Amino acid sequence: MDWRRSTIGAAIALPVIALLAFGMTRDPRDIPSPLPGRMAPDFVLASFTSPTGSTPARADSVHLAAMRGDVVVVNVWASWCLACRDEHPVLREIGRRYAGTDVHFLGVLYNDNVESGRRWISEMGGQSYPALEDPGARTAIDYGVYGVPETFFVGRDGRVAYKHTGPITEGVLIAKIEELRKAHPVAVAPADAAGGTAR
Amino acid sequence: MIMRSMLALLIAALAPRPGVAQEPADAPPALSSARDSAIDRDTRALASQLRCPVCQGLSIEDSPSELSQQMRGLVRDQLRAGKSPDDVKRYFVSKYGEWILLSPPAHGVNTLIYALPLVALASGAALIAIVVRRWTRVANTEEDGAPRGRETSDEITRV
Repeated sequence: MDWRRSTIGAAIALPVIALLAFGMTRDPRDIPSPLPGRMAPDFVLASFTSPTGSTPARADSVHLAAMRGDVVVVNVWASWCLACRDEHPVLREIGRRYAGTDVHFLGVLYNDNVESGRRWISEMGGQSYPALEDPGARTAIDYGVYGVPETFFVGRDGRVAYKHTGPITEGVLIAKIEELRKAHPVAVAPADAAGGTAR
Repeated sequence: MIMRSMLALLIAALAPRPGVAQEPADAPPALSSARDSAIDRDTRALASQLRCPVCQGLSIEDSPSELSQQMRGLVRDQLRAGKSPDDVKRYFVSKYGEWILLSPPAHGVNTLIYALPLVALASGAALIAIVVRRWTRVANTEEDGAPRGRETSDEITRV
């Protein structure tokens, strides 16, 4: 009788414990993004810095689709974001290293005003790539951004290959860029066409 | 001459203005305000189903955060552009995943969320039924047999 009771008890308790244990291994703040693998939402955003630093330039706009065939790193940031301060030196230096190559860096300002953004960039020692204004956070919402910093890697095929949440490190940044650089646009084109109709 | 021009001015001033004459043309704005209130109503209904990404368990309708305000604006703009509430919901799901919906749709693994409470309720009811039946059976056999109950109560009073 006792063994039967304990078997029933274990049969009820074990799945519950297993479920809770599985929950403990997961980060509740980590929200899975449906974006990787899909076409990167296109945008045309006005740049509020010159490519070399913080001096206001004429309102150049950046069109993502014009960069098709190249690797694009889209970093979403804000001047009020503390973690953005940690990653900025990495982005600035690696961005400078890849300047003029087939890798483009773009910084999208999130829920912030341009003046604060501009001041922050000059405080942080400049930015080697364009800082873009995103009125109404429309582009950020299009990318499913829920906090800053977030960094999106767009491959040569125009698809989001990877999304990084939180401050990015030099190792991850270079590894992802080089991985995407290796992918040849011609080689991925058929997959692109097939995947385009999938969803 | 002056008198005549002054009279002309007076007539012009008293004459009904084109704007006043067009008063019935105010009807289209009334119609558009009816449409606006319908859009407002749909926006509120939809916003209360979408989760605020920067809050804990709040909808974008209830959250005062900047991102929620912008999302509400986007919901309104998409509805105004002629998208159906389902289209707007699909847009947000395509960006944030089903996580963005405060009540997840009942398919796949999500079915568990809806099924488990019912299963728990049913098994609880079954458990109570079994235990109660067992208790009543024990009580009946005790009444039929020796007065064990009195013995135990005697023991209790002794203790």
